[in-house]
Amino acid sequence: MKTYYNPEDLKKFGNISEFEPNLAKKFFDYYGDVFKDGALTAREKSLIALAVAHTVQCPYCIDAYTQDTMEKGCDEAQLMEAVHVAAAIRGGASLVHGVQMMNKYKDLSM
Amino acid sequence: MSLKSLHAQNHSLSLSKEQLHVLEKTSYVSFSKKLNESGLFPLTVKPLEIFQINVGKMCNQVCKHCHVDAGPDRKEIMTREIMLQCLSAIEKSGAHTVDLTGGAPEMNPDFRWFVEEISKLGKKIIVRCNLTIIVANKKYNDLPEFFKQHKIEVVSSLPYFTSAKTDSQRGEGVFEKSIQALKMLNDVGYGKQDSGLILDLVYNPAGAFLPGDQSGLEREFKNKLKTNFDIEFNNLFTITNLPVSRFLEYLERSSNFESYMEKLVNAFNPSAAANVMCRNTISVGWDGYLYDCDFNQMLELKVASPINHVNNFDTSMLEKRAVITGQHCYGCTAGSGSSCGGTVI
Ligand code: SF4
Ligand code: SF4
Repeated sequence: MKTYYNPEDLKKFGNISEFEPNLAKKFFDYYGDVFKDGALTAREKSLIALAVAHTVQCPYCIDAYTQDTMEKGCDEAQLMEAVHVAAAIRGGASLVHGVQMMNKYKDLSM
Repeated sequence: MSLKSLHAQNHSLSLSKEQLHVLEKTSYVSFSKKLNESGLFPLTVKPLEIFQINVGKMCNQVCKHCHVDAGPDRKEIMTREIMLQCLSAIEKSGAHTVDLTGGAPEMNPDFRWFVEEISKLGKKIIVRCNLTIIVANKKYNDLPEFFKQHKIEVVSSLPYFTSAKTDSQRGEGVFEKSIQALKMLNDVGYGKQDSGLILDLVYNPAGAFLPGDQSGLEREFKNKLKTNFDIEFNNLFTITNLPVSRFLEYLERSSNFESYMEKLVNAFNPSAAANVMCRNTISVGWDGYLYDCDFNQMLELKVASPINHVNNFDTSMLEKRAVITGQHCYGCTAGSGSSCGGTVI
């Protein structure tokens, strides 16, 4: 069956350099540096990536960072808490706009 | 997963030739070819340093990933006669360390006698203790004292610092008993700073993924075990699960075999390959036969040397051999590598 997303494509991420090598190289070098141990540990960064992956709802990133966080010694409770952080920020971001809605409502009301 | 070994279940993967068949049928580039590309084939050996002895397959646990297929139903254990042959081999071998493994080595009725005799030879002794054996029966409760008396280095498996993940790999209730045993080891000084009594932990992934960075995991384990249980230890070794025996069976059953092999092959690291443990180790089976490592032992791949039994041990002859390798070896060369002492680079 043909689908828009193919798990095999994740392994081909590097192939984006085929059409534009210079920017791809810059991106992958940058990407590699971002995830190194720094002020945040590589493990903390991986959990952030997992949460963001759920926010952007990228199946490739969810696949990659589920595995990466597991490799870095996180357990299911930690992975799920990261997803809840994403959900809370997403839900919160919708809800906080409720204030804008209320402001507008009140502006237009007698 | 059954609480029986594959052997007791008459499972086809209890046979080494069936395991080798599954491993060899993979489409990935052969390990020897990969070694050749790195200028490491044939894989020669270095001066012998570690004499690893598997004193038997009997164990009080039946861990899902066990490459020994150990368990209470395994009766193959080393006799005192073979141990005597080991002692004379150790003496003339030049190895500085004797590494005792199993099964649960402590279940061999001659274990304590054997340790005392090795002690007299002045060698460093490592015991791979599964922790739960210490609390399995009253007669084992004094093991921490016994280890201390002989300044044994204790290396113990603890796949995670929570019960769910530990028990899913090692069996119901194993985490709690392991914590109890770790406290008993700490109580006699093991893992405590300046005590000189070394307690190292082994982490291996509870599933079809590779271990992450050893130092990062060690930090995490130290922090969690100290905060949650007031437990201390020295080093954490991360070990990659090799596709052998029960871990191979798990990979097959869960349809993870191909993707796991792919991960291992893609992570091949020539520097790790140059430092694989079989280059300075010899592994002795319960019946005295010699192997390049404990994995080759379980796959019944005896050393490629006219000397293949501990009874006629000859270091200089054995040092002329090339290591027998296969697709399972990719488990030792992925990323930072893997050995009984953790990463190799
Ligand atoms: S992994 Fe160790 S403790 Fe677990 S069954 Fe095998 S020998 Fe026993
Ligand atoms: S599996 Fe054994 S023989 Fe193969 S590389 Fe690892 S230690 Fe060496």
